[in-house]
Amino acid sequence: MSEADVTQSATPAGRPDGLQGVVADFASDQRAFKNVHWGKAMMWIFLLSDTFIFSSFLISYMTVRISTVVPWPFPSDVFALHMFGADIPLILIAIMTFILITSSGTMALAVNFGYRQDRKTTTILLIVTALLGASFVGMQVFEWSKLIHEGVRPWGNPFGAAQFGSTFFMITGFHGLHVSVGVLFLFIVARKVWRGDYDNERRGYFTSRKGTYDIVESMGLYWHFVDLVWVFIFAFFYLW
Amino acid sequence: MVDVTPEKIEHVGPAEVPEVDLYHAHSWWTKYVFCQDAKVIAIQYGCTAVAIGLVGLVLSWIMRLQLGFPEFFSFISPELYLQFVTMHGMIMVIYLLTALFLGSFGNYLIPLMVGARDMVFPYVNMLSFWVYLIAVLVLCASFFVPGGPTGAGWTLYPPQAILSGTPGSGAGIVLMLVSLALFIVGFTMGGLNYVVTILQARTRGMTLMRMPLTIWGIFTATVLALLAFPALFVSAIMMTLDSVLGTSFFMPAIVEFGEQLAYGGGSPVLFQHLFWFFGHPEVYIVALPAFGIVSDLLSIHARRHIFGYRMMVWAIVGIGALSFVVWAHHMYVSGMNPYFGFFFATTTLIIAVPTALKVYNWTLTLWRGDIHLTIPMLFAIAFIITFVNGGITGLFLGNVVVDVPLSDTMFVVAHFHMVMGVAPILVVFGAIYHWFPLMSGRMLNNAMGQFHFWVTFVGAYLIYFPMHYLGFIGVPRRYWEIGETSFIPDSADSLNAFITVAALIVGFAQVVFIYNIIVSVFRGEKAERNPWKATSLEWQTETVPPGHGNFGEEAPVVYRWAYSFSVPGTVDDYVPQNVHPDYVKK
Repeated sequence: MSEADVTQSATPAGRPDGLQGVVADFASDQRAFKNVHWGKAMMWIFLLSDTFIFSSFLISYMTVRISTVVPWPFPSDVFALHMFGADIPLILIAIMTFILITSSGTMALAVNFGYRQDRKTTTILLIVTALLGASFVGMQVFEWSKLIHEGVRPWGNPFGAAQFGSTFFMITGFHGLHVSVGVLFLFIVARKVWRGDYDNERRGYFTSRKGTYDIVESMGLYWHFVDLVWVFIFAFFYLW
Repeated sequence: MVDVTPEKIEHVGPAEVPEVDLYHAHSWWTKYVFCQDAKVIAIQYGCTAVAIGLVGLVLSWIMRLQLGFPEFFSFISPELYLQFVTMHGMIMVIYLLTALFLGSFGNYLIPLMVGARDMVFPYVNMLSFWVYLIAVLVLCASFFVPGGPTGAGWTLYPPQAILSGTPGSGAGIVLMLVSLALFIVGFTMGGLNYVVTILQARTRGMTLMRMPLTIWGIFTATVLALLAFPALFVSAIMMTLDSVLGTSFFMPAIVEFGEQLAYGGGSPVLFQHLFWFFGHPEVYIVALPAFGIVSDLLSIHARRHIFGYRMMVWAIVGIGALSFVVWAHHMYVSGMNPYFGFFFATTTLIIAVPTALKVYNWTLTLWRGDIHLTIPMLFAIAFIITFVNGGITGLFLGNVVVDVPLSDTMFVVAHFHMVMGVAPILVVFGAIYHWFPLMSGRMLNNAMGQFHFWVTFVGAYLIYFPMHYLGFIGVPRRYWEIGETSFIPDSADSLNAFITVAALIVGFAQVVFIYNIIVSVFRGEKAERNPWKATSLEWQTETVPPGHGNFGEEAPVVYRWAYSFSVPGTVDDYVPQNVHPDYVKK
C-alpha cells in the first residue's frame, strides 16, 4: 500500500478531517454519543451539574476560610482520635477514605459481572459496595457525634473560626447525603439484579419501563463520582 | 437563487435509536393529571407559569400605581412595596420565563421537532413538573406567613436579606430560598431529559446541524441552566443556614439597632459572586430559546431560509459559553478589585459580537423575503427591534465608568426590562400564536391578536423609553417614594404618572390575550393541518394536535434542514424535512 492510500483510508470519503471531523462526528445522525445508552448519558450530564454544586460548595468554603479573621482550627488536632494511649491524627478519616475507595473497586467489579449477566456475583458485589458505603456513613455519624460532643456547632466551636463547623457540617453532610442515597439505590439495584429483573424485562414499579444491566453501570458512575468528590473534600478539609 | 440546503441529501442510515417503550395511561388521573406525556407536561408547565406570571403582573401594577401616584394609595406601605418589587422580579425571571421557555416550550417542541416519540425518561419528566408546582406553591405561601414575603430585592443580597429591618426577614426569606432550591431540583430533572433527548434520541436523518434553531436555543439554554443553577442552589442552602441556624457564611460582624449580632467573619461578596454566576447565565437561559424561536418564526413567515444557519448555531453556542465569564459586570459597585471590572467589561463587550451577528442574520433573513405580516411575524419583528434597543443600553452598562453613575437608577430597570423582559415575552407571545394551532387544532382570533400586539408593542416603548430618561436624571430604583429631591425635577413625577397609565393599558391588553386563548380553545376557527406551511417535523404529524407517541406507525425520516423555503424548481414554496427527495413536487 502506498502512502497516499494510507492517508486516504484514514479519512473515509466525504468525512472532514481534524477539528471539523470531530464536529461532524458529534453532530452526526441520531446520536451524538454512539453506543451510549440514555441512562448513562443522563448520569454523566447530571454528574457534570453536580460537579458544579460541589465546586460551589468548596469555593465558598475556601472564601469564608480566607474572609474570617479568627484563626482556623488545626485539623490534625481536631480530627485526631485518642487510641492506645496516644492522639493519632487523621486515623479515622484514613480508614473512612480507604473504605470508600475500596467500595469503588467492588462497584467496578459489579459493573463488569453485570455485563456478563452473572447475577449472583453482581448481587454480592453490589451488596458489599452498599455495606462499605453504609459503614462510611456510620463512621461519619461517629465523627459528627464526637465533634458535637466536643462542642462544635454550625454557629461556633471552641477551637477557632465559627465557619469551621458550618462548612464542615454542611459539606460533609451534603456528601454524606449523596453516599446515603447511593447506598439506598445500591440495595434497590442489587434486589433487582437478584430477582433477575434485567433478564426477564420486568417493568419498574414507578416508571413501568424495562431495565437492563446498563443501570448497574449508571449506578457505578454515580458511586465513583461520590468517591471522587470525597477525595477533594478530604484534601481540602483534612490536609489543608 | 441557488439551492441553499447546506448538506447534500445523502443516504439516510438505519435506525440506531431503539423504539421507545411508550408509557400508556390506565386511568383519567394518569392521562390528564399525573401524565408522563411530554405534551401534557408542557401544557401543565405553561398554565402554572402563566398563572404565577399573572400574579407577577398584578404586583407590577401595584408598584406602578405607587410610583405614578405616590401617597394616593394608602394601602401600599414601604414594606409592601419592597416585597412586591422582590416577588415581581423573582416570579418573572424564574417562575415565569424559565419555566415557560424550557418547561413548556422545551417539553412540547423538543420531542416533536427532533422526531422522538417522547422524552427519554418520561417519569422523571413528570416529577419535574410536580416539583416545580410545589416550588410555586411554597413561593405563594410566603405571601401568607407572618411578616409576609421577603422584601430583599430579587437579588436577595445579604446581609440585609436576613436582618430584621428588611420585610419578610423571618419566614419570608426562608420560604423563598426553599422554593428556589425546589425549583432547581425540579428543573434539573426536566433539564436532563431535554439534553439527553436532543443528543441521543433524534430520528433517522436528524443530524445536529439539521435541527431547527428553536431546538438549538432550548438545548444550549438547558445546558446553561444545568451548570448555572448549582451556584444558586448552593447559595440558597447557605443563606438558609445563615438565617435559620445562625451560621456566618455571608454575614460579616454587624451591628443592628445598636446591638452587636452573633454573626461574624462571613463574606457578603461571596453571595454576590455565587448569585451572579447563576444570574448572568440566567439572562441567556431566557434569551437563547427566544433567539432560537424567533429565528424559526422569521424564516417561516418570510418564506425564506434562515440566513447563515451554521453561524447562528455557533453564535448560540458561543454566547452560551461566554455567558459564564461575564457575571461580575453586575457587581461593579460592589467594591471589587478594579482590574476585575476591566476583565469583565471586556468579556461583556465581546459577547456583543455573536449577538450582533445574530441580529444581522435575522435582518438578512427578512431581506427580499416574501414577508407575511401574521401575528407571530409581527411579534418576531418587534423582538428584533426591542432586543437591539435593550442590547445597546447594555453596551453602556457593560462599561465600568458608565455603569457606576447609572447603576441603581431607573436606567438599569429600563435596560433589563427591554432586553430580558419585553424582548423574550414578545417571543413567547409570537410562539404562542404560532404553535397554538398545533396544540389545540384551532386558530387564535386575529383581531384580538392585532389589538394585543399593537398595544403591547407600542405600550412597552411608552413604558420603558421614558424610564431611560428618568435614570439619566438620577431617579433611583427600588424607592417607594422619591419625595422632595433637589436634583430630580417635578417633571419626573408627571413622567412617572404617564408610565403608570401606559403600564396599566399594556396590562389590560394581556387580559385580552388570556381571553382570546380561553375562547379560542373552545370556539376558535378550525386550523388547517399546517396553517403556516412550516417545514419542521412538529407540523408533519399524523393528527393535529399530535397524539400520544407523536407520530404514526413509522417515525419520520429527515432528508434536509428545516429551512427549505422557496426552493427554486419546486411547486410548493416549502419542502418539509421528512419528504423524500423523489417525492418533492417539481
